[in-house]
Amino acid sequence: MSMIKIQKLIHDYIKRDDEGNVAGTVRAISGVDLDVQPGQFIAVLGHNGSGKSTLAKHLNALLFPTEGTVWVDGMDTKDSAHLWEIRREAGMVFQNPDNQIIAQVVEEDVGFGPENIGVPTEEIWKRVEESLAAVGMLEHRKKSPNRLSGGQKQRVSIAGVIAMEPKCIILDEPTAMLDPNGRKEVIKAAMKLNREKGITVILITHYMEEAIDADRIFVMDQGEVAMQGTPREIFSQVERMKELQLDVPQVTLLAHELRKAGLDLPASILTKEELVDALLGCETGQSTEVAEKQKSTAATEEQKNSAATGEQKSTAANRQVQAGEEAGHGNQG
Amino acid sequence: MFDSITLGQYYQTDSALHRLDPRVKLVGTFAYLIALFVVDSWVGYLLAALFLAAMIKLSNVPFRYIVRGMKTILFLLVITVCFNLFLTPGEVIWQFGFLKMSKEGLSFAIKMALRLSLLILGSSIMTLTTTPTQLTDALESLMRPLKKVHVPVHEISMMMSIALRFIPILMEETDKIMKAQIARGADFESKNLIKKIKSLVPLLVPLFISAFRRANDLAMAMEARCYRGGEGRTKMKPLVYKGRDRAAYGVLLLYFAACIATRVIF
Repeated sequence: MSMIKIQKLIHDYIKRDDEGNVAGTVRAISGVDLDVQPGQFIAVLGHNGSGKSTLAKHLNALLFPTEGTVWVDGMDTKDSAHLWEIRREAGMVFQNPDNQIIAQVVEEDVGFGPENIGVPTEEIWKRVEESLAAVGMLEHRKKSPNRLSGGQKQRVSIAGVIAMEPKCIILDEPTAMLDPNGRKEVIKAAMKLNREKGITVILITHYMEEAIDADRIFVMDQGEVAMQGTPREIFSQVERMKELQLDVPQVTLLAHELRKAGLDLPASILTKEELVDALLGCETGQSTEVAEKQKSTAATEEQKNSAATGEQKSTAANRQVQAGEEAGHGNQG
Repeated sequence: MFDSITLGQYYQTDSALHRLDPRVKLVGTFAYLIALFVVDSWVGYLLAALFLAAMIKLSNVPFRYIVRGMKTILFLLVITVCFNLFLTPGEVIWQFGFLKMSKEGLSFAIKMALRLSLLILGSSIMTLTTTPTQLTDALESLMRPLKKVHVPVHEISMMMSIALRFIPILMEETDKIMKAQIARGADFESKNLIKKIKSLVPLLVPLFISAFRRANDLAMAMEARCYRGGEGRTKMKPLVYKGRDRAAYGVLLLYFAACIATRVIF
């Protein structure tokens, strides 16, 4: 069963004038379909106003669909009987760390969620300890949140969510207000939870670097899912990303520019190491014939793979991506 | 800028007083304050001072640190003493121009100063040894009987603890806005009162807007973490009376009785 399933979701923000009459509506989300499997690490990208935060609030039943349906772990968010169960299962971490920490001591804040859902006292203590340990904040448990750095505060917020033992965590631009170090801390913590505890993570961000390790990326634009696929598939489409006012990771951009300048590089380079390998491959003077051969073998392999997984690659975008990936395989091989 | 205020701040250390149930400390502080108004003789004041000294010793908070909090009320103290000193009619013992000091005034002024200092010290001992969270917990628990007459006890204590949590954040924000305004030529240093008040407007407007935005965010974050009022909530740190708390109540009762005794005897 899907962890989160969204079907034809539409969300309108209603503007009201001073007397409370409807003055107009703004469509923040128009027809989104989404399917997230348990244990996945999902990144949602999009520029400001693309509807990604609105989408996030639907996953935690903080907003309700104008049209369409959202299911969290099989529960319809419109069904008020499941409201609290949904909020417990799909924890949410917000952008501003100061505005989501309630208590004045770190451990008490982590205990806030379990207190709300009526967990017995001893169990709360156990959970608080485990959650703080999971994000590496156990040594700061007695401190005031005001004395922590931004990254630490955000990790406390994450601990506060996992203390409720959710199946899924939604991080709504958790790193937007942090410095580079804080960003790394938070993403590392989220990653660890995903890998070690199998918690589904949905990371909403506009930092492309944070999306590289995701299992799947959704790119939002004007309330719709404009692109979706693996990071390699998404970032190889540099031009399309630019159209959507998004950057690709710097290394990918560099590789793209080099390719445009005539170098024989694959289109789907995501990390520094990959670029170095690829460039070294160029330098040692691989003959084009060899490269061609490798490409074609990689292509057949790829086709076999896609046939095996039954993945349908019919859209133009996907075909393009496939070509890119083959090239990638070719050069690495 | 706000670091110098020790009055009402928690001092982190471990002591008998720190470990005491916050309800005992709250009740104790009130009893102590009331007792201060019960006593009227030198013996009574001596008793109150000794009791406070014992508490300070028990609290493990450095005496200097406690006294530093007194600075903020020094001005008030001086004025009160002067008024009592010179405006109490009675047997004149010293005169300078129109200022007459009477014997009664002198003893009254000293008692007043003692009483005020003990009041402040006594209540700061409580806030120094009790975290604001414990304090609101204690209030919630002590006010629980009021729930029967539909006083929203849980909500009040939740509001208090959130307010306490946001005081430093809003202060920082005020500082930031102020600096931003100064950078654009705003004048906060003016001695002119009207100008001074006027200069506060561009400070308060953004501060309020940001406070409302924060409140909105916080409410959403609390809801996302399943907050739905006091019903069905459990406590991470429930308040349970232990042996030492009962003993403390006993000591308090004794002290209170002794204070009444000094009033009756002397």
